[in-house]
Amino acid sequence: MSLWHALFGKLGYDALPFYSAIATGAASMVVIGALVTVAGLTWFGAWGTLWREWLTSVDHKRIGIMYVVIALVMLSRALIEGCLMRAQQAVAYDQKGFLTPDHFSQLFSTHGTIMIFFMAMPFLIGVINFVMPLQIGARDVSFPVLNSVSLALTAAGAALLMVSLCLGKFSTGGWSGYPPYTEIAYSPGVGVDYWIWALSLSSIGTTMTGLNFAVTIYKKRAPGLTLMRMPLFVWAALCTAILMVFAMPPLTVATSLLALDRYAGAHFFTNGGGGNMMNYVNLFWLFGHPEVYILILPAFGVFSEVFSTFSAKALYGYTSLVIAVMAIAVLSFTVWLHHFFTMGQGADVNSAFGIATMLIGIPTGVKIYDWIATMYRGRVRFSVPLLYALAFLILFAVGGLSGILLANPGVDYQVHNTVFLVAHFHNVIIPGVLFGMLAAYHYWFPKAFGFRLDERWGRISCALWTAGFLLAFMPLYVLGAMGLPRRTVSYTEAAYHPWTLIAAGGAALLFAALASLIIQLVVSIRHRAALAVPAGDPWDGRNLEWSVAAPPPEYNFATLPHVDGIDAFARRKSAHDAYPAPPAYEDIEIPRPSALGPAIGIAGVAAGFGLTWHIWWMAGLGLLLAIGAVIARSFVRETIEVIDAATVAAEDRAWRALLASEPAVDRDAECASANRGLALPEAV
Amino acid sequence: MSKAPGYRDELRSYVVGIVLAVLLSGVSFALVAWHPASLRTTLWVISVAAALQALVHFRCFLHIDLSRQKRDDLSLIVFSVLVILLMVGGSFWIYDSQMSLMQPSAA
Repeated sequence: MSLWHALFGKLGYDALPFYSAIATGAASMVVIGALVTVAGLTWFGAWGTLWREWLTSVDHKRIGIMYVVIALVMLSRALIEGCLMRAQQAVAYDQKGFLTPDHFSQLFSTHGTIMIFFMAMPFLIGVINFVMPLQIGARDVSFPVLNSVSLALTAAGAALLMVSLCLGKFSTGGWSGYPPYTEIAYSPGVGVDYWIWALSLSSIGTTMTGLNFAVTIYKKRAPGLTLMRMPLFVWAALCTAILMVFAMPPLTVATSLLALDRYAGAHFFTNGGGGNMMNYVNLFWLFGHPEVYILILPAFGVFSEVFSTFSAKALYGYTSLVIAVMAIAVLSFTVWLHHFFTMGQGADVNSAFGIATMLIGIPTGVKIYDWIATMYRGRVRFSVPLLYALAFLILFAVGGLSGILLANPGVDYQVHNTVFLVAHFHNVIIPGVLFGMLAAYHYWFPKAFGFRLDERWGRISCALWTAGFLLAFMPLYVLGAMGLPRRTVSYTEAAYHPWTLIAAGGAALLFAALASLIIQLVVSIRHRAALAVPAGDPWDGRNLEWSVAAPPPEYNFATLPHVDGIDAFARRKSAHDAYPAPPAYEDIEIPRPSALGPAIGIAGVAAGFGLTWHIWWMAGLGLLLAIGAVIARSFVRETIEVIDAATVAAEDRAWRALLASEPAVDRDAECASANRGLALPEAV
Repeated sequence: MSKAPGYRDELRSYVVGIVLAVLLSGVSFALVAWHPASLRTTLWVISVAAALQALVHFRCFLHIDLSRQKRDDLSLIVFSVLVILLMVGGSFWIYDSQMSLMQPSAA
């Protein structure tokens, strides 16, 4: 027994997922998925390529793409969990349904944790990683190896969550993990520990990402690109990065203190021993509220690009949009208390934070009107990204308004902890963040891979996401007003039943939306020759990322661009000097691939898994491996490789020859195979 | 060792910085060690010395000043101070309100 404990900690046969058929099925899917991936990689002999070209790569574009891959995989899992919960509530009127309360609680905990930390965050970090350096005319981020380490830490957290499906049970404490319920006295299992270590790994990675992005935007902009000439997406990325730097540490502190309570017998958040769980709630939402702006600001940035590009117009009110995004960033630190209006502070405190919350509606409103004005008298093309943007414009306004309702402490006392709240935050996160990221996926996919995504399946997917969202979440406003508590596993109130049935129908549509997204990817890959846009500018884009080939060369720009105003590439195109040939080429230094990221990722999984299951040797080994890898890295002297000027010149001239041979297409042919990525600028 | 242009200015800045930093720390330690002043005065002096210490670090070690090319760094620092004040000040306000309403002994 003691030898077993020393070797395997709390692991035992009872950790295997045979407590319900659904859990067994989910675990089998993870195992089969992993086996198929391994077998596929072996069959195609792709291990070497995967390691050299991707896992050890420090190229911001590849790191960005890997982040988005993690996000899409995790989206699939968490969306299926959401569908299971909706199905459960649809059948659980006056009966138990097919999920046990314990299993249902695990589902809402993993669904929330994944959707925030392992879907939305990797998605937006991936998009910023890919796009931002290209938009500011840089060759990479400021700290490329750190970028790879951040990715590895996020991946390690995601891996822990996938392992939790197969070994042991996950937390039942929700995505916010409030003590005292998550203390060892009430949650003695390993679930909360899985949650703590998965979050800790990813939050450390995200803090470093924030520092990396902020430094990059401050220090690596192309000559002439002053702050007030930056694309709106870069402004959004900057604000997001600053929010990450300030908002993630409170979360790391809160989960660390909770870990001390659970592992070392401390009393930070316990009921007795001088602890106070309200400190946790305050710390968690000090992170949690800026977090929702970390999520939404990049989406605002994407929509700014999309509205401007697909209206063939400069953004209306650029300065007001910049001021609005900064105002939101500051105000996001003044409203966290609205997540716990009912915790017992005085009416003066509640009303101050309630008013601050309502104030955020003002800069957000400014942005919405600016976007509408951008489309006014523009040449609007209803491409897939713009369809997402239009759905966002209307649905996000509704979600924002329900937020203004909730900002009133009196209303919040009435509906807090009901599904009204669930409807509200899904109403801002799905049309806001998810639609924003899907618009970004459609918009920048051709830049990343050199071919467009299939337009027809994109439209189908967009329609399904929108309809599915409306059907799944509008009924929850009604149910919430009727008083259905959130996280309810079954109920006896007959009036709820029709609405939960409608919501389940919406969930089915959302599942179809996910499926259509996968079909679209497969169809697009099969038709990639007809969809190819090697010249690099399929949408008549306005910023620098469109001024290079698709996919861009490893060093992004053969010669660093010079910027003399906002919408740098559009200015060049309207001056009929879109692709000025450089007078001379120079050697380019790029960072070499590094195994530090993967090493720290593996160390992170080992440490997290060991700590979760009390396998102390494994936790110690993981920690030592991480420290050792960092020390070993400091002995690597050859960190830079040089691409000589002749190679750069040859590649650039080959692309310029391609530009000269491709037809320039107008916007009517945007979605035809004649569009090879060379745009005939519109005269607007 | 070759001396780059501006080496003397750089060196002077670091020396001034270390002297000021040691002085400010020394005052605080001395006040706690020998109790020459009342508790209230001691706390005030230490708080002011701590704030000055932060300014000395910014000015002498991180080379942040009011010149034009340092404006970006300065604006980031001002923003950071604002956010930290909001987070810490707001938390104190919330805790104080809860304490006064929920702990009978504190009312």
